[in-house]
Amino acid sequence: MAREQHDYDDIPGTFVFDAERSRQGFGINMFCMSLMKDENRKAFKANEAEYLKKFNLTPEQTDAVLKRDYNRMLELGGNIYFTAKLGATDGHSFQHLAAVMTGASQPDYAAMMLAGGRSVEGNRSRSGKNAPPKYLAAAPAKKAAGGKPKVKAKSTKAKVKSKSAKRK
Amino acid sequence: MARIVAGIGSSHVPAIGAALDNGKTEEPYWKRVFSGFVKSQEWMRETKPDVAIVVYNDHASAFSVEMIPTFALGCAAEFPPADEGWGPRPVPVAQGYPALASHIAQSCILDEFDLTICNKMEIDHGMTVPMNLLFGKIAKDGHWPCPVIPLAVNVVMYPPPTGHRCFMLGKAIRKAVESYPEDLKVVIFGTGGLSHQISGPRAGLINSKWDKAFLDNLSKDPQKLVKIPHIDYMREAGAEGIEMVMWLIMRGALDDKVDEVYRFYTVPASNTAVGHIILENRAKKSTGKRKPAVKHKRAAARAKVERIRS
Repeated sequence: MAREQHDYDDIPGTFVFDAERSRQGFGINMFCMSLMKDENRKAFKANEAEYLKKFNLTPEQTDAVLKRDYNRMLELGGNIYFTAKLGATDGHSFQHLAAVMTGASQPDYAAMMLAGGRSVEGNRSRSGKNAPPKYLAAAPAKKAAGGKPKVKAKSTKAKVKSKSAKRK
Repeated sequence: MARIVAGIGSSHVPAIGAALDNGKTEEPYWKRVFSGFVKSQEWMRETKPDVAIVVYNDHASAFSVEMIPTFALGCAAEFPPADEGWGPRPVPVAQGYPALASHIAQSCILDEFDLTICNKMEIDHGMTVPMNLLFGKIAKDGHWPCPVIPLAVNVVMYPPPTGHRCFMLGKAIRKAVESYPEDLKVVIFGTGGLSHQISGPRAGLINSKWDKAFLDNLSKDPQKLVKIPHIDYMREAGAEGIEMVMWLIMRGALDDKVDEVYRFYTVPASNTAVGHIILENRAKKSTGKRKPAVKHKRAAARAKVERIRS
């Protein structure tokens, strides 16, 4: 059955873990949850395919887990807080997983984060809804020092207005 | 009567907990983050709350996907730190305040907020990291400085409760606290955020402009935030940034007008923008001059509560 479409499917590079994915990915997430215990981590590492049989995954889900295709796991109902446990079982840091999901090398990803992270500009929408919401639109796009006072100035102005409106 | 004196917003990035537990607080990267909480710890020592209500979310630690309560209130006598896969964090078991917690549960449910009651519950980094950041060094007696009441909110599975719902729950919690007879000084934490996305090809998203506007409005004009739809949080602040709705529970529990006594913001801690704010309810002065009978209902409610106390 085709997935029901939602407004948030328009956000690029994002698999929203909604109620439908939660149902679909129950097995993946319960498998990941089992990796909280050391004996289960060992059993999984000893024979991955065999261990996975306990969780009633679909063939696609099994394939995604065995290949460590993290984006595919999310698409098939995995949730990041759960799949991160699989990454940790493999001995990877979370940053490694994040880099893998974004298709960047880990040093490049780390450098991007240190430089302030991925910008939202150009990353809002698949369908071209790239304008910020109206309540943010008036503020300048500049970082740190530039942004704050203007936003503040705007809200102060709004406040003054509402006060004068009350007086009337 | 019990009363809420202040609200605290704080990120709860797990890597902050790991930095604390592994003695990395002096490294320049982490020093930048921890330096933002030195003043807050002083403030907390001066404020000396009797109880802290901590709004947070569990991250596949104590709750899995077997049951996903939207609002779960911890009514237990104690809350051990959860084993998040590699042993529980080395922090004290948090003491609860079951009498106040069950009073809040009862009051809120009759106010049409159907809380799930947790009489046994473990707490993960979502709660213990903000406690570390605000309470600072654990005292020699090995206890957190005050009992806590955890309120776990589902923000992991979409849809989390709306911002409006969270704000109104905050108001119901305040009402519950103020109808509790014991004289208690209560603070409420809203945790999580600020902007971050940690899943999928768009991971690493940070939106400082959004975050600053969020903090500004939280302080001065929360009604603006209450109307923001989920799609905007996810688009602008990242798929996981939606957990910022939890800050609105904290804000709803405060006065309409508050004093912002402290704010801190830095990017990044791991994959997340760290935000922190302290908002104080204004001390009750004789407000006769400035506010001529703005809200009769509230004034009447206050008078009633005063009577109960005496």
